[in-house]
Parts: sequence; C-alpha cells; structure tokens
Amino acid sequence: MAFDYDKYIRPGKLPHIWCPGCGHGIVMKGLIRAMDSLNLKKEDTCIVSGIGCASRLPGYIDCCTLHTAHGRAAAFATGVKMAKPEMNVILCGGDGDGTAIGGNHFIHACRRNINMTYIIMNNYIYGMTGGQFSPCTPTGAKASTTPYGNPDPGFDIAKLAIGAGATFVARGTAYHAAQIDKLIAEAIQHKGFSVVEILDDCPTTYGRRNKYRSVIDMMNRLKEVAVPVKAAEKMTAEQLEGKVLTGVLHKVEKPEYTEEYAKVIQRAQAAK
Amino acid sequence: MEKKLPTIEIVEKYCKGCHICVEFCPTKVLEMKGFVVAVKNLEACIKCMQCELRCPDFAIKVTP
Ligand SMILES: Cc1ncc(C[n+]2csc(CCOP(=O)(O)OP(=O)(O)O)c2C)c(N)n1
Ligand code: SF4
Ligand code: SF4
Ligand code: SF4
Ligand SMILES: [Mg+2]
Repeated sequence: MAFDYDKYIRPGKLPHIWCPGCGHGIVMKGLIRAMDSLNLKKEDTCIVSGIGCASRLPGYIDCCTLHTAHGRAAAFATGVKMAKPEMNVILCGGDGDGTAIGGNHFIHACRRNINMTYIIMNNYIYGMTGGQFSPCTPTGAKASTTPYGNPDPGFDIAKLAIGAGATFVARGTAYHAAQIDKLIAEAIQHKGFSVVEILDDCPTTYGRRNKYRSVIDMMNRLKEVAVPVKAAEKMTAEQLEGKVLTGVLHKVEKPEYTEEYAKVIQRAQAAK
Repeated sequence: MEKKLPTIEIVEKYCKGCHICVEFCPTKVLEMKGFVVAVKNLEACIKCMQCELRCPDFAIKVTP
C-alpha cells in the first residue's frame, strides 16, 4: 500500500509552502514514517522548532507542536521535556537556526544529554531570508552576503554534536529518502540527546547561486558525496576525499538529564 | 502468471513539477506533462517506491 501520510497531516494544510524540489518535504515525510513505525501517539509527541523554512515543519503535523523564536527550539523543548519527561520531544530546524543564532542552545542540549531528538535540515544557507551564508556554508560557496565566495570554513554539524556530548549522532541526505525514517526512529528510541543531520537542498537560494542548474543537480550531488559509514571503513583516505559519511556515526550511553534531575529533587526533598 | 500492475496516483493539486520522481525512477515510468507529472509507461514499474519516498510534496502514491 502507498503510505498513508494523511492521518498525520493537519487537515487543509497541504500543499506546503516549500519551493519545488526543496528537501524539507522529504524530511517531513521521513519523520512521519518514523513516528508511524514507533506508534507514537499524537498527544504524547511534541515537535518543537525555531524559525526558518525548515522550522515551518511542525505546522503541518497533527500532534503537539511549538513554533518558537529563532534558534530557541532547544530551550523551549527542554522546558517541555522537564515538565513532561514522558513526552516524546522532537526538535527540528535548519542549519542557520541551529548553528548560528541557536548554536549555544544546541551545544548545551548536547552537553546535558536530555532525552530528545533533534532533526537538523542542513541546506548550507539561510533559505527563508533570501540566501545569506550560514555557519554551514562551505568555503568558496556563494551566498547573497558572500557574492565573491565564502572565506569561512563550514561547521561539521555531526562532529559539533559529538564534541558537545550528544550520545547519538546520525547523518542522512534528502536524496536517500528511504533511510531517513530509519535514522530518525533509531534516534527517537535512543535514551539521551540524539541528533540527526539531514543534508538537504535549497534550490531557490543556494542552488542557483552555486551553479546547480536544477533540483536534480543538487540531488545528484547528495547522491555522490554520501558514503555509508560501513562502506567507508574499506575506503582509503584518498577515496574519501570530499565525501560525507552517512548512517549512525556515534552511539554511546551516558546518564540522561531528566533522570539525573529527578535524583536532585529526591535529594532536596530528603534534606528537608 | 500475469503480472499485477501497480496503481500510481498523482495528486495534481500538490505536484510542484520538481522532476525528482521523473529523473530518479530507475525504469523511466514517469514523465512531465506541462507542469505536473504523469504516468507514461506503467508496465515498466518495478514497484521500488522511490518516487513516492522522494516526492517532497505528497503528490505521488504507488500501490504495488
Ligand atoms: C531574532 C531573529 N533574527 C533573524 C531572523 C531572520 N531569519 C529568519 S529565518 C532565518 C534563517 C533561517 O535559516 P535556516 O535555519 O538554515 O532555515 P532554512 O530557511 O534554510 O530552512 C533568519 C536569519 C529572525 N526571524 N529572528
Ligand atoms: S527558500 Fe530554500 S529552504 Fe526555503 S522553501 Fe525554498 S528551497 Fe526550501
Ligand atoms: S515505484 Fe519505482 S519504478 Fe515505479 S514509478 Fe516509482 S520510481 Fe518508477
Ligand atoms: S517528485 Fe512530487 S512534486 Fe516533484 S514532480 Fe514528482 S510528483 Fe511532482
Ligand atoms: Mg538553512
């Protein structure tokens, strides 16, 4: 059977606002399939976002949702999770939202290892505001604010998350659509802060400035750069030049924040 | 035994004509008709579901 997305979409919300070929829709469908595979109940699931095209995602999904301030998804989501630790809390947003204005919230959520899942749609640009460079824009790439090429090196979001203490980190791409739900489902099941970076495309503000003639060009690039971690083990450094690893990149167990905080409450009550 | 053909439904009001499904269909089942996608050669469909998975716009549904 064709997958029934309709039962997860708020009535009357489609078509969505994203441009033709924007990968955010592919990611949203992956998230819906992941929610379905885990049987997440609408009333027990909260999707929280910041601001940006990617951050429009919660508006479409029929569950508890919060569309917050730019870069602040992690702060609001932490509040939800602390108040209701039994809730499945899923954050989503773009590279700009998560690593520029929201970079601080991002690294501290990783450090705390609070049991939430963060889906970050990395299209290497501020799509919504017309294509200003983000901390993930590759060196040399053109943006409205770097018309002669970006001098900065881009962040590696997955490495940033691992360095900051996230206990589950995975990466996929919008081209590899069938893998997205599996990565998100595994991330949701992991106890601790999990990050799923999806390499995405913004044909409208990034593609056209950077010599991608079409959406298909951008999808082909995602297809070509992605190397599954397992396959990478058998490849030489030379073969891996310019490639990006996909799959589950990092998975460890560490104390989880809401559980540790519950212990603090117990100690405080015992001390009374 | 006769091969059971899949059903491919195109939701024209959602399709934004991005070409993703057309381009990456391994057996070239789909084509663009004006601004929206259309089924050109249903017999060739291998029911891989990739078009449905990759469509960003919920516009193509394959029932194998
Ligand atoms: C406090 C604040 N500063 C700046 C903005 C303008 N703004 C809106 S979206 C955005 C960037 C979004 O980029 P990203 O998170 O990568 O999402 P995309 O649109 O690329 O999906 C910016 C700078 C804002 N809304 N609020
Ligand atoms: S501007 Fe870019 S990120 Fe925003 S909807 Fe269009 S393609 Fe997607
Ligand atoms: S299911 Fe596969 S073979 Fe059939 S139309 Fe879709 S992409 Fe082509
Ligand atoms: S992928 Fe979806 S939106 Fe794009 S052309 Fe095919 S059916 Fe239309
Ligand atoms: Mg972006």
